[in-house]
Amino acid sequence: MSGAALWALFATMGIVTLALRASFLLLPERTTLPPLVRRALAYVPPAVLAAIVTPALFAPGEVTLGLVDARLPAALVAILVAWRTRSVLATLTTGMGVLWTLSLLATRAG
Amino acid sequence: MDSDPRLAAAESHQPEGFSRAAFLAGLRDTAPMMLGIAPFAMITGVSAVAAGMRPIEAIGMSVLVFAGSSQLAAIALLAQGAGFAVIVFTTFMINLRMAMYSASLARWLRRLRPATRAGLAYAMTDQAYAFSVLRFRREAAMPRRDYFLGVALPLWILWQIGTAAGAILGAQVPAGWQLDFAIPLMFLALLAPAVRDRPSLAAALVGGSLALALRGLPFNLGLIVAALAGIAVGVASEGRLGGERPAASEDAARQGPKPQQPVQR
Repeated sequence: MSGAALWALFATMGIVTLALRASFLLLPERTTLPPLVRRALAYVPPAVLAAIVTPALFAPGEVTLGLVDARLPAALVAILVAWRTRSVLATLTTGMGVLWTLSLLATRAG
Repeated sequence: MDSDPRLAAAESHQPEGFSRAAFLAGLRDTAPMMLGIAPFAMITGVSAVAAGMRPIEAIGMSVLVFAGSSQLAAIALLAQGAGFAVIVFTTFMINLRMAMYSASLARWLRRLRPATRAGLAYAMTDQAYAFSVLRFRREAAMPRRDYFLGVALPLWILWQIGTAAGAILGAQVPAGWQLDFAIPLMFLALLAPAVRDRPSLAAALVGGSLALALRGLPFNLGLIVAALAGIAVGVASEGRLGGERPAASEDAARQGPKPQQPVQR
């Protein structure tokens, strides 16, 4: 996707997001969410984020170590750091650090 | 009509003009968040150009959408060649929580003019909602529009500057740095606090594994099937796996976000 299609995509994303943000602020007063929808909302972040990230982790990168892509061990270390520290910055720096170290070792060895 | 007379009394004290004190109170509350938002914004800009966007497109996306997780998701999906409809649907799913925020804040903001409400809605973020609902509940006389602006406006400015800086700097970085890997890393960092109990872990495991198994489907439709299945499994396993009671989560939705709970195992 590029050019006009990309801008149309951003505009549509913007309208959808604004509609969600403004929804109950602009709707008549007594409108509420059904209980089942409220319960389901709690599971949107884990389900959607996991569905986005998992295929991306197995996408081919640029450096392989034998049969394994260098991104996989880097991701495993990052999962551990994300789970233990819950810090975005720590997860980013260790994940990129492991990837860069492995890439450097692979190019030296190769 | 207001059923609560105290709330009605507080409404009548909402000032007409701009309240500098309320704006500054919001600014003080939001200041510590900025350290976390700045790198998030920069990474979003860097990822956008790493995925093939021009810097001006990355900046335009931030202005038009202004919602970090959904922007990152769209960037990741564009890089995988996903279709228009799948990306819009994913945006809808990720930002669905904003409707919950808007439902929760409505009773405090409904006296404002519709145009003002729409303007505040555009600037709504997780942070602006969380701080506002806490203050409004405790301090009935807090000027709401200006407090909300005090929280939301600095974050908006920081987000625009951060993504622009990331996009412009990111365009200079050679591909060998593999900065596109920052996108899945960012999502891992966002995923960790979202997994708070066993039902949410079940939702994540089903969503993740199904998305991987179905990644061959056209237009990334596998993502949508996987996300919906994960949500369904999360709801269905409530109670059975010892997660939140339905009544408790309903109450939480009405009252606003809870502070992040430690993992229960």
